[in-house]
Amino acid sequence: MHQAPAGNPYEIVAREDFSDVTYLLEVRHPRMARAAKPGQFVIVMSHPEGERIPLTIADFDRDKGTITLVIQAVGKTTREMQRDCKVGTHLHALVGPMGIPSQIGHAKKVLCVGGGLGVAPVYPQARGFKEAGAYVIGVVGFRNKDLVFWQDKFGAVCDELIVCTDDGSAGVKGNVTEGMKRALEKHPDIEECVAIGPPIMMKFAAETTRPQGIKTMVSLNPVMVDGTGMCGGCRVKLSNGIKFACVDGPDFDGHEVDFDDLMSRLGRYREVERQAVARFEESCHMREEFLTASAQEVRRD
Amino acid sequence: MAPKKRTIRTIPQERTPVEELDPRERAKNFLEVNCGYKLEEALRESERCLMCPDEPCVRGCPVSIDIPAFIRKIGEKNFHGAYDVITNTNLLPAVCGRVCPQENQCEGVCTVGDSLEPVAIGRLERFIGDMAIREGWRNVPYIEPSSFRVGIVGSGPAGMACAADMAKAGCDVTVFEAFHEAGGVLKYGIPDFRLPNTVVDAELEKLIELGIKFECNTLVGRLFTIEQMIEEMGFHAVFIGTGAGYPSFMGIPGESLNGVLSANELLTRCNLMHGREPDKYDTPLPPSRSVAVIGAGNTAMDALRISLRLGAANVHCIYRRSKAEAPARAEEIHHAEEEGIQFHWLTNPVGILDDGKNNVRGMRCIRMELGEPDESGRRRPVAVPGSEFEFEADLIVYAIGTNANPIIGQTSGLKLNKWGYIDTDENLATSIAGVFAGGDIVTGAATVIQAMGAGRKAARSMKAWLGLRDTAEACAATQAPADERLFGLDPAEHDFALVRIPRGAATPATTP
Repeated sequence: MHQAPAGNPYEIVAREDFSDVTYLLEVRHPRMARAAKPGQFVIVMSHPEGERIPLTIADFDRDKGTITLVIQAVGKTTREMQRDCKVGTHLHALVGPMGIPSQIGHAKKVLCVGGGLGVAPVYPQARGFKEAGAYVIGVVGFRNKDLVFWQDKFGAVCDELIVCTDDGSAGVKGNVTEGMKRALEKHPDIEECVAIGPPIMMKFAAETTRPQGIKTMVSLNPVMVDGTGMCGGCRVKLSNGIKFACVDGPDFDGHEVDFDDLMSRLGRYREVERQAVARFEESCHMREEFLTASAQEVRRD
Repeated sequence: MAPKKRTIRTIPQERTPVEELDPRERAKNFLEVNCGYKLEEALRESERCLMCPDEPCVRGCPVSIDIPAFIRKIGEKNFHGAYDVITNTNLLPAVCGRVCPQENQCEGVCTVGDSLEPVAIGRLERFIGDMAIREGWRNVPYIEPSSFRVGIVGSGPAGMACAADMAKAGCDVTVFEAFHEAGGVLKYGIPDFRLPNTVVDAELEKLIELGIKFECNTLVGRLFTIEQMIEEMGFHAVFIGTGAGYPSFMGIPGESLNGVLSANELLTRCNLMHGREPDKYDTPLPPSRSVAVIGAGNTAMDALRISLRLGAANVHCIYRRSKAEAPARAEEIHHAEEEGIQFHWLTNPVGILDDGKNNVRGMRCIRMELGEPDESGRRRPVAVPGSEFEFEADLIVYAIGTNANPIIGQTSGLKLNKWGYIDTDENLATSIAGVFAGGDIVTGAATVIQAMGAGRKAARSMKAWLGLRDTAEACAATQAPADERLFGLDPAEHDFALVRIPRGAATPATTP
């Protein structure tokens, strides 16, 4: 990570850590802030030797000229970014906005569901629906109360907000489908649902709305390289054929998506990734030891 | 004394061989296979050109390089002169000498080839291109600036060629690229053992010296649209050369298994993202011991040979027609065979087999035979009933072609044809005034030199549309040969000046 000279692109202007594993980066890119719409994503390279990773645009500020990314440190790259992406540094590459923007239709009552990190990308959609005059019911789910983020921000664009935690340490005990069921019982006139989160959550969210036949849009984030339709790594199986998430999506009708296929394909570099994380942890450990050792040497002088 | 007239009997009979790395050694590394001609070899090969008045090679070249003229200069040991002749029409000799399918173009129609092996035009072109890079030769003409701004979408061969011509015509040219590095397919697609990325960078450097600006990490269509470029960003003309991209799959069972990927993905991970150097770079490559590549074009050959270099023990090529119909360059197939690629001609995949854990275990294929010719004139392959067989593989790579990339179509009002490619007239003008398109996004997948030819053709149309004189046509006869230049200046170069009818250029350019 390099210190950005003045005017360097893709400068990180703000950072917030929600938990040990979740963090937010606000990156300067005025042209992208103007172009971005809810549902779109970017591809980021944090340094010249890094990999290209897709991240959903969680928010954008046209006046400040920034876009917001919310990231979970799960693999080597996202952990490295957690360590290195400080305010004032810059990303090596940032390209987007990619994908077809979400369709904010004219539904009068919508259910916006976010699981874990998925709360971030569903936020601009909830805001979009609110601005379009819909009655918005938000359902957000986390593992426990320590991982809850953006409750106030999300609540501000919802008419009702249901918080769920797996262990019941905040709000309703259970995962988002619990909250969804409550919302669906109370509001039988919900016309549309948006659900974003881990694939397994989106699968069950889609199953929850299937009996009522409520249109449920999900946002898919499979492995991809270029993000422009060229590699085909992000192809997903739908009931009517194969589509590329990067240019045909990332939003798809959740009742059409083959989530088992998606989850299997997400794991295709798992072993390589596991080794990369192990090496990264090892190098961090060694770096710490080195720093400690150097510090001791300095003291000895 | 005038040189004796050459005849087919007096020229060296054998085509001069070129040194190549040993197949067993090179299959373990990414070094360039073809070492290129040395000085004596190039001189000897240049003697094989008959300088026939007919010049079929010039017509066989998509950008009409004056081939006999540059070969004559080589024979006279005037290598800079040869470079000047080539760069009159072809900007990237080091690239084209390596990747053009010469056997279907200049060399395919060479008069010597009627009775002997044709002159090795591609190798001679590369010899000059490499020498120019090594010696730092530049042909930057005097450019009189015009008030026009030109935007180029895509930095591959089509975009590079169009950008160079427009820059020489005095335009302020900006090239937009979605990847983090410029070069398009030359960078992400063609591997180093065939076209080193250092060669591509050296050629890009020449474009920068012409004043061309490159803006990477810019996805046109989504960050801003084609219409915005014309209406808001102050570009007087736009060229779209985004390539075909979108890889095809076959729709057979098992394609979503882990271990099935497109050649584009494999090549990009390996070349642009340096996945072959896992100690230094983060982008992973799929583990593979036994690889099957479907298809027999140049991309398939690249995927096969990359797999071998990444350490696969068995690498199979699966193609439904026979070797004679394979679309790859003859040299690539020859190199692949030498390196130990196992070719399965007249074989078609019918399914990919699962190991029970969503990984590829192998492939099921059927034997084919050639039937009646189809509309492409090639004999149509027909399945042989009951000939199905299975073999083991843990990585399946699709190199069966590409479809149109949908992004520009999704985000602009441009008229597309029924296959999703951009619709143009014979001058490569699109349905939006001032917007031109060329290369794979118009024709579907083709070659590097065809894309460059399209880029240059679009540049001619663009100049006409802007009211700039087309130097190539208007001044061809008056351009001074390189050795008649005055103190290094070409007396004809003032013709690059624009004819001052700034149609469509009423308002000066402003960047928002």
